[in-house]
Amino acid sequence: MADNKTLTFALMDAPYESARSTTAFRMMDIAARRGYDINVFAYEGAVCVPFSKQAPHPNAVHGREVEEENHPLPKDWVAALMREAEKNGGKLDWVNCGLCVDERGVAEAIEGVRRGTPGDLWQMAGDSDNTLVIGTR
Amino acid sequence: MAKYMLIESRDPFTSNEVAQNYALAAGLVGAGNEVTVFLVQNGVLPARAGTRADGLSALTTAGVTVLADSFSLRERAIAGDMLADGVSAAELDVVVDALADGAKTIWN
Repeated sequence: MADNKTLTFALMDAPYESARSTTAFRMMDIAARRGYDINVFAYEGAVCVPFSKQAPHPNAVHGREVEEENHPLPKDWVAALMREAEKNGGKLDWVNCGLCVDERGVAEAIEGVRRGTPGDLWQMAGDSDNTLVIGTR
Repeated sequence: MAKYMLIESRDPFTSNEVAQNYALAAGLVGAGNEVTVFLVQNGVLPARAGTRADGLSALTTAGVTVLADSFSLRERAIAGDMLADGVSAAELDVVVDALADGAKTIWN
């Protein structure tokens, strides 16, 4: 049975940069499995997390082809979280800061990600049971 | 009495802000609040018994609940029986519980 809690996370870190991203994904995964509604406001480098043109690569140093390397792509994790939330009766609403997107040229995001402004974070926080801001250090 | 969840992701050996976060926790519990410090990522390093981490010991003495993320502990080969007195291993679910319950939650 889905719980109707709503949590908002503000993320700032670019993909492949910090363990903070891993911890954030872990928390969102727990919330998704509980059927919570999850809001994400991604700003600064975090707008690159759901960038649809991320691509896996081989590892020539270790002699592995692209399939063997099975390189993780954060965009796939975002999509998986969206599916997990929906499966359990919740939803993941991911908003990318539009200015941050334009600065970085990463407008092509996976399906389900929308463009917004810091005003969306304000709205999300107001409509949530709680909000956690995970800033870059 | 308010509930606070202070998430500490950094260790006191590389960041001076950790001591300030510990001081915040002690101050909040001293003011009559219910305070948990949740150690995650490198924040769990001072949770290992034998490390020079007086600040963490002072927190547990002051009445702050100190929890260390099990996943982060495993990543750093810190077994449950290696934890300093007063520190307990816990799952990250504890933080999500606190968020869902409306605890004032701060990430450092």
